[in-house]
Amino acid sequence: MRRISLLATTVLLLALVGCGDDEQTANDQTGSGSGSATASEDTLTGALTVFAAASLTDVFTSLGEQFEAEHPDVTVVDNFNFAGSSTLAEGIVQAAPADVFASASPTTMQTVVDAGLNAEEPTIFVQNTLQIAVPAGNPAGVTGLEDFTNPELTIALCAEDVPCGTAAIKVFEAAGLTPQPDTLESDVRAALTKVELGEVDAALVYKTDVLVSGDAVEGIDFPESADAVNDYLITTLTDAPNPDAAAAWVEFVLSEVGLAAFEEAGFQLP
Amino acid sequence: MSQRGRVERQVDGATGVPAVLLVPAALAVAFLVLPLVALLIRAPWSTLGSLLAEPAVRQALRLSLISASLATLISLVVGVPLAWVLARSQLRGRTILRALVTVPLVLPPVVGGVALFFALGRRGVVGGPLYDATGVSFPFTTSAVVLAETFVAMPFLIITVEGALRAADRRYEDAAATLGASRATTFRRVTLPLVAPGIAAGAVLCWARALGEFGATITFAGNFPGTTRTMPLAVYLALESDPEAAIALSLVMLAVSLFTLMFLRDRWLMRT
Repeated sequence: MRRISLLATTVLLLALVGCGDDEQTANDQTGSGSGSATASEDTLTGALTVFAAASLTDVFTSLGEQFEAEHPDVTVVDNFNFAGSSTLAEGIVQAAPADVFASASPTTMQTVVDAGLNAEEPTIFVQNTLQIAVPAGNPAGVTGLEDFTNPELTIALCAEDVPCGTAAIKVFEAAGLTPQPDTLESDVRAALTKVELGEVDAALVYKTDVLVSGDAVEGIDFPESADAVNDYLITTLTDAPNPDAAAAWVEFVLSEVGLAAFEEAGFQLP
Repeated sequence: MSQRGRVERQVDGATGVPAVLLVPAALAVAFLVLPLVALLIRAPWSTLGSLLAEPAVRQALRLSLISASLATLISLVVGVPLAWVLARSQLRGRTILRALVTVPLVLPPVVGGVALFFALGRRGVVGGPLYDATGVSFPFTTSAVVLAETFVAMPFLIITVEGALRAADRRYEDAAATLGASRATTFRRVTLPLVAPGIAAGAVLCWARALGEFGATITFAGNFPGTTRTMPLAVYLALESDPEAAIALSLVMLAVSLFTLMFLRDRWLMRT
């Protein structure tokens, strides 16, 4: 097994060296990258600016490092812009120079589509589901969604204006429950912080967020989460300063390697 | 009387501003006012009226005004004496003390909110034992809003009042003392009236900062309509779903705060 991976690495390295040489020649001969189908992998250069939902930070960063290893002339890791999807969508509509947009909800992607700024039909690439987050040791003994109706407990939900809040509302509607939240958080991270600090007994957040917060937070699955699956969409943009690299990035994200990284981080595949 | 005198002086000297000051001053005005003007241009004027009529907006506005006023009141009660200590006492380590009380000025408000959790949360240094003993906890209540706003805004009052105290002529206080007034009486009857404009300016700064407070509030107090959702929180959340409404909301807040400040200013001017 080890020998095979060593072999693979060697081949990959040789391929990389080869790529570099080819590009050198191509540049010498034509003066610029042609972007033709066969040479497109070899001619990728420059900055690739990816606007991505904050929840994609970890997976996109590690994928970005792999992408840079494959395309040494492209810088993407330093050009990520992670923020709330709606903030990013607003930025793109305001003509921010982005190549790729990856949103955490169909509605925020629709903002960009409505402005006619998507270069292709956005693709649903991963999905996220909700999980109950409780402080380590679960001091309030939360077991399921019913506990969110207990006014004695201190409960955090996301505000309905943000995707995780919209999902929470769907879940409670499907379950026929009326939650008794004490605070409606502006994003998942804020809700999780309060769980980590033990200031709330339970919060409803995304499974992926529970996974990254480590030991301070425990996740509890609940069956009703299937009623609110959140779609993540990705597209290249019409005003992309670096359209070739943009297309290659989307292809890479949708590749087996890309999707496997998302599964590992707790996302579902559509 | 004093108002009339002021108006006449302005008329006398045309603008009375030297050109050296006029250019940078005009630049400063442009820089400060331009974003506001841009906001006004982008504002959805047609929906502004209906927004004000919305109960949720009125609720947030009411909560903002009440909590900012309470925060200012608390700051006045404990901040003015502290300003006096910083300006007049012979206390050792005043420099360090001054640096410490101005920490909230440099602390990112969200970090301030987390720090408040560590101190007053139900697992906090003080909040923990309190919660265990009485079952009372601050976070996610209106009192948490007031505490967060006080934490962030009080330094503005302290710094301003301390400056006023340092600039005030101490001979009046000395005279009062010579005439047999106790230190407390001197403070109440001489010092306070002397620095009243400074206290007023500090209170205005403090109130304005408290009114606009966002980071510490959303962290420590959370966000729930009626109990903790102040105007800045409502604006921020609206920005997520409906940017136009967010602009309208911020204009409502701006209008109300400007109106309040100008109204109060007139009141003060009439009294003094």
